[in-house]
Amino acid sequence: MPIQPVLLWSDFFIWLLVAAGVGAAWWSARQPLLAAAWGRVGHNRVGVAAATLLAAFALVGLLDSLHYRPQLPAKAGASPGEKINYSVEVLSLLDGLLTPLRTRVEKTYSEPLATRAYAKEMMEVRQEDGSLRTLRDYPRLRFGGAALGADEVRAPADIAGRALRALLAGVVGWLALCALVSGRLARKVGVPRREGWRRVWHGETTFAWNALLAALGVIVALLAVLVGLGGEYHVFGTDKVGQDVLYQVLKSVRTALVIGLVTTLVTLPLAVFLGIVAGYFRGWIDDLIQYLYTTLNSIPGVLLIAAAVLMMQVAIDTHPQWFATAAERADLRLLALCFILGLTSWTGLARLLRGEALKLRELEYVQAAQAFGVSDLRILSRHLLPNLMHIVIIALVMDFSGLVLAEAVLSYVGIGVDPTMISFGTMINNARMELGREPAVWWSLTAAFVFMFVLVLAANLLADAVRDAFDPRMA
Amino acid sequence: MVEPARNALEPTSLLEVRNLSLGFAGGGRVLTAVSGLSFSVAAGETYALLGESGCGKSASALALMRLLPAAGRILGGEVRLEGRDLLGLAEAEMRSVRGGGMAMIFQEPATSLNPVLTVGRQIGEVLAQHTDLAGEAARAKAEKLLAAVGIADPARRLCEYPFQLSGGMKQRVMISIALAGNPRLLVADEPTTALDVTIQAQILDLLQDLQAEREMGMLLITHDLGVVARMAHRVGVMYAGELVEEAPAAGFFDAPRHPYTQALFAALPDLSRRGMRLQTIAGQVPTLAAMPAGCRFAPRCPHAWERCRSESPDWSAAGEGHRVRCHLYGEGLEATAKRLVAEGTERSRNASVAGEDAPAPGSASPPSHPPLLRIADLQVHFPIRRGVFQRTVGHVRAVDGVSLTLTAGKTLALVGESGCGKTTVGKAVLQLLRPTGGSVLLDGREIAGLSRSAMRPLRRRMQMVFQDPFASLNPRLRVGEIIAEGLRALLAGERRDTAAVVAALLAQVGLDAGAVDRYPHEFSGGQRQRIAIARALAVQPELLICDEPTSALDVSVQAQILNLLGELQASLGLAYLFITHNFAVVEHLAHEVAVMYLGRIVERGTVEEVLRQPQHPYTKALLSAVPAPRPAAAGEAGGSIIRLPGETPSPAKPPAGCHFHPRCAFATAECRERYPDERALSATRVVRCHLYR
Repeated sequence: MPIQPVLLWSDFFIWLLVAAGVGAAWWSARQPLLAAAWGRVGHNRVGVAAATLLAAFALVGLLDSLHYRPQLPAKAGASPGEKINYSVEVLSLLDGLLTPLRTRVEKTYSEPLATRAYAKEMMEVRQEDGSLRTLRDYPRLRFGGAALGADEVRAPADIAGRALRALLAGVVGWLALCALVSGRLARKVGVPRREGWRRVWHGETTFAWNALLAALGVIVALLAVLVGLGGEYHVFGTDKVGQDVLYQVLKSVRTALVIGLVTTLVTLPLAVFLGIVAGYFRGWIDDLIQYLYTTLNSIPGVLLIAAAVLMMQVAIDTHPQWFATAAERADLRLLALCFILGLTSWTGLARLLRGEALKLRELEYVQAAQAFGVSDLRILSRHLLPNLMHIVIIALVMDFSGLVLAEAVLSYVGIGVDPTMISFGTMINNARMELGREPAVWWSLTAAFVFMFVLVLAANLLADAVRDAFDPRMA
Repeated sequence: MVEPARNALEPTSLLEVRNLSLGFAGGGRVLTAVSGLSFSVAAGETYALLGESGCGKSASALALMRLLPAAGRILGGEVRLEGRDLLGLAEAEMRSVRGGGMAMIFQEPATSLNPVLTVGRQIGEVLAQHTDLAGEAARAKAEKLLAAVGIADPARRLCEYPFQLSGGMKQRVMISIALAGNPRLLVADEPTTALDVTIQAQILDLLQDLQAEREMGMLLITHDLGVVARMAHRVGVMYAGELVEEAPAAGFFDAPRHPYTQALFAALPDLSRRGMRLQTIAGQVPTLAAMPAGCRFAPRCPHAWERCRSESPDWSAAGEGHRVRCHLYGEGLEATAKRLVAEGTERSRNASVAGEDAPAPGSASPPSHPPLLRIADLQVHFPIRRGVFQRTVGHVRAVDGVSLTLTAGKTLALVGESGCGKTTVGKAVLQLLRPTGGSVLLDGREIAGLSRSAMRPLRRRMQMVFQDPFASLNPRLRVGEIIAEGLRALLAGERRDTAAVVAALLAQVGLDAGAVDRYPHEFSGGQRQRIAIARALAVQPELLICDEPTSALDVSVQAQILNLLGELQASLGLAYLFITHNFAVVEHLAHEVAVMYLGRIVERGTVEEVLRQPQHPYTKALLSAVPAPRPAAAGEAGGSIIRLPGETPSPAKPPAGCHFHPRCAFATAECRERYPDERALSATRVVRCHLYR
C-alpha cells in the first residue's frame, strides 16, 4: 500500500458531524413538516446561494480532513520484503491535490502574479566577457512565470491569455451544467427544454435553482481562473518563507471550520441546558448557575484561556511519546483549544437564554402545560426550547464568526493553534509584521480577509434563511 | 348623557375626509386596507368610528396624522383640517399640525409615555413645539394642564416619572400632553380599552368635559358599543376597510340599519338573552388579500342575494343624517328595508320578552347538591423582598381570605377590577400557585398543599382556559399536538386512539378536522380560544376555570365563545369558575356572582340578586360605571351614576379597616377601623359591609 491512512482526532469529530448532518437530513426528509421547512430554505434565493458557497468551503475543509502518510521511496537495492517506511509528514487529500502549490516554494515574498521577488537583492551576474558583476535588482522567481523564461515582458499577456482560456472553459462547463439541470427539470415536469430553461431563470421553480446556478457560476469562474493561473504563477503571491498564499488560505479553511463547529458543539449543550434550567426553575438552581457564570465572566477571557492553553501546552510538551507525528500534536492542540474556548464562552448565550426563559415561563401556554401536570423536562424541551431556537441560531452564527476571530487574537498572543498549523489567525498575525515593513506586504492579509469575510457572511445569510424558514409565524 | 344629534351636514366641519384609501405594501404588492372612507367631524362634535379589530379604524386614524408605519401607503383621497389639505403638506408643516391641529391619545397609557422622562419634560416638549412658552411660563402652563385633566397636586406630579403613576393617571397625563398644543381635533384611539370600568368612566367623563369646554372635535375610535353610546354624537361603523353605516347616535341606537350593525347588537350578551344562544355572525372578516368583489359583508350576511355578491353597494339614505351602504336600502327596495328594520326592532323586543320567560338557570335548581369545589379562607401572599439578603419586608396580599362554593354544572362568576386577585384565586385553585393559607376542597378532598405527584391524578378533573388566546398556545406546536398534550401527560396509561380523540374534540368546539396539522398562528383569536377550550376538555374535566376567556376577543367572536361554553355546560355538565370584569358576560352566563375587591370578596349571591339589587357600595359603583350599549336601558337602570373617586389601592398596603372605605361615599368611623364581617342577607346572599347588619 503506497499510503498509510491517519485519523486525527479533529478528523474524527468532523466526520462525526458530517455523519450527524447526513443522518439529520435523512430523518428530516421523512418528517413532512421539517421537509417543508427545509423546502422553504430551498426556496429562499439568498439562502441557497449562501449554502452553495458554504458547501464549497465545506468541500475544501473535508478534503483537508482525510489524512495519510505517503510511503517513502524504497532505498535503492532494498529487497521487496523489507519493511516499508512511511513519511513522518502527514498529508491530507487537499495537500495531495495542491502538490504544485505546496511544493513550489520561493525564497521569500513575491507579489501576486509576479515573476520577480518583492525585494531587491545583491546578485552576481556573469557578464558576456565572463567577468562577474555585482548588481542589485529584484531576483527572478524560481517558479512564478517560469515558463516564460527570460521573456518576462510577455507576462501580462500570458496571464490574460491563461485567465481567459480558463474562464472560457469554466463558462462552457457551467453552461453545460445549467443545461443539464434545466433539461432534467424540464423532463421531470414534462415541458420542453426551452421552457425548463426559462422557468429556472425566472425563479419559477420550487427550489431556487437560479440562485444555486448563479452561485456555482461565480465559484466555477473563480476556480477556473485559479486553476488556470495557479499552475504557473502565485495567484495570491508568496509569504515570508516563499510559501504560496493561496495554499495557505485553502488550508486555513479547515482550521476555521474546526474552531467554529467543534467549539459550538461544546458550547451549545452547556449554554442551552444551563440557561433554560436557570430561567425556568429559578430559586437556588438559578442562583447556582448565575454564580457559576458570573465567576467565569469576571475573569478576563484571554487570561483564562491563556492559563488553560499554557497548562495544556506543558502537558503536551512533557509527553512527546503521545504523538507519532507533529501533525497529531498540532491537531490535539487545536482540539484542546476548541474545548477551552467552548468551556469559557457559553456564558453569554446562557445568560441570554435565561432571560428569555424567565419571560417564557410566565406565558400561558407554559402554565397550561403545568396545569396538565406535564413534567418539567418535557416543558423545557417542548415549550421552551423550540421558542428559544431563534436566539440560539443567531447566537451560534455570531459566535462562529467571533470564534474564528478569537482564534486570530489568541494566535496573535501566541496561545492559539500550533505554530506549524496554518490558520487565518496565524496569517493575520504574520500580516502584522508585513504591514509594518516598507513597502508593505498586503496580499496575505487581503487573501485571509476575503476568504474569512465570504465564509462568515455565507454562514450568516444561511442562518437567517434557516431561522425564517423554521419560524411558523413567517411561513 | 347623549346630546341631541347635530345636523350631519353641518357647513363648518372641522375635519373633512373624502374618499381616503390606504394600503400596506408587502410581498411586492400593495394590499388595500381602507377604501373610500369619507366622513366629517364638526367642532364640538364627537364622531365615533366603530368596528372590530382589523377593520382599519386605527390605520385610518394614523393616516389622518400621516403617521402610518413604514409599509403603509396612502393611496388616494383627501383629508382637510379646517380647510387645509393635510395630505399635500410638507413633512415640516405637518409637524405643526400634529399636536397643534389635531392630537392623538393612544390605547395603552403604559407604553405611550417615555419611562425615563418626567411628566413635566414630556408636556414641556409639546409646549416647546407648539407654543413659544419656555422656562417658568411653560412650567406654569404644564401645571395648569395637569390640573385641567383632574390630577391632584400637579406641581409635584410634574417632577414624577411615569412609573410612579397609576394607569388611569397615566392616561390623564397622555390627555394633558395631547391638549398642550391646544388642538382643534382630538383623535382618541381606544382611549379606555386598557383601563378598568371605574377608571374608564372617569376618563370618559373627563374627555366629555374637556371637549365641551374647548369646543374641540373628537374622533373616537373604539370597538365598544357602550363607550359609543355614552360619548358619541354621530357614529360611523367600519367593516373590512369600508364605512358601512353612518348615523346620529340616537338614530343609530334606535334602529341600526346595516345587517352587520344589527348583527353586532344581537351578539351582545345581556340578561335579557340569558340562557339563550347569542346570535353570531357566520364566517370571518375577509383578509386584505381576498376581499369579496361585491359588498364586503355579503359572504356573512343572512340577507345577501346575487347583486350583493357582484356589485359593491353605494350609500343610501335611511333617515335624518343616517346613511347605509347596503343594497337593501337601495331604490325600489324600500319595502324589504322596512321589513328588515321592523324585524330588527322586533327581535330585540322579543328578546327582552323572552328573557322574562326564560327559565333562569340558577334559581330553579335545588341547592342540595354537594359542592364540587369549596374554597375556604384561601390566602395567597407574595413576599416582598428587599436588600442584599433578600429579607422579607412585607407581603402583597393578592388573595386574603376568599371563601367560595361551586356546584357541579353551575357557573360562578368572579368579578372585579384588575389587580383585585381574581386570577390569583383561579391559579391557586389549580395549584399553579401555592396558597399561603386556607383550604381548597375538590369533591370534599383537600388539594391545597398536595405534592406534585399527589396532585397529578386530580389535574384531569379541573382545567383552565386562559385570557389571551395568542399567548396560551405554543406557536411552535401544531394544533393536534397542543390538544393531545393533556392526553399524553395525564392519560398516558389508558390506551386510546389519540388522533380520534383530538378529531372528536375539534368537532366538539366547532373546528374543522383539518386544523390538526396547522399551527396556531394560522387561526383567528376566536378560533384559537376554541383550540384552548378543546385542550382543556381533552382530559374531561369537571371544573373549568375560565380566566377572562373573551376579553381579548371582538363582540361577535365573544358571542361564539359564550355560546360554545353554554353548550358545553349543557351537554357535559361542566362547572365554570368564570373570572371576568365584564358584567354583560356575567349576566349572560353565570348562575352566581362573587364580587372581589383587593383580595377579598365583598358581595356574593345569585346573578339576579347581585346584578338587580346590588347591596355593597362597590358593586353598585361598578355596575353603574359600565357603559350600557343601549342608551334606553341605561336610563331604566335608574340613571344615578356613581363615580368612584381615586383608584384601587395597592394590595401590599391595603387601607386599614374596610378596604373600600377611602373610595366609599357611605364610609363611617367604623369602616375606618374594622373590616366588616360577612352578613347573610338571604340563603344565597352574603355582603361584607357595615351598612348591613
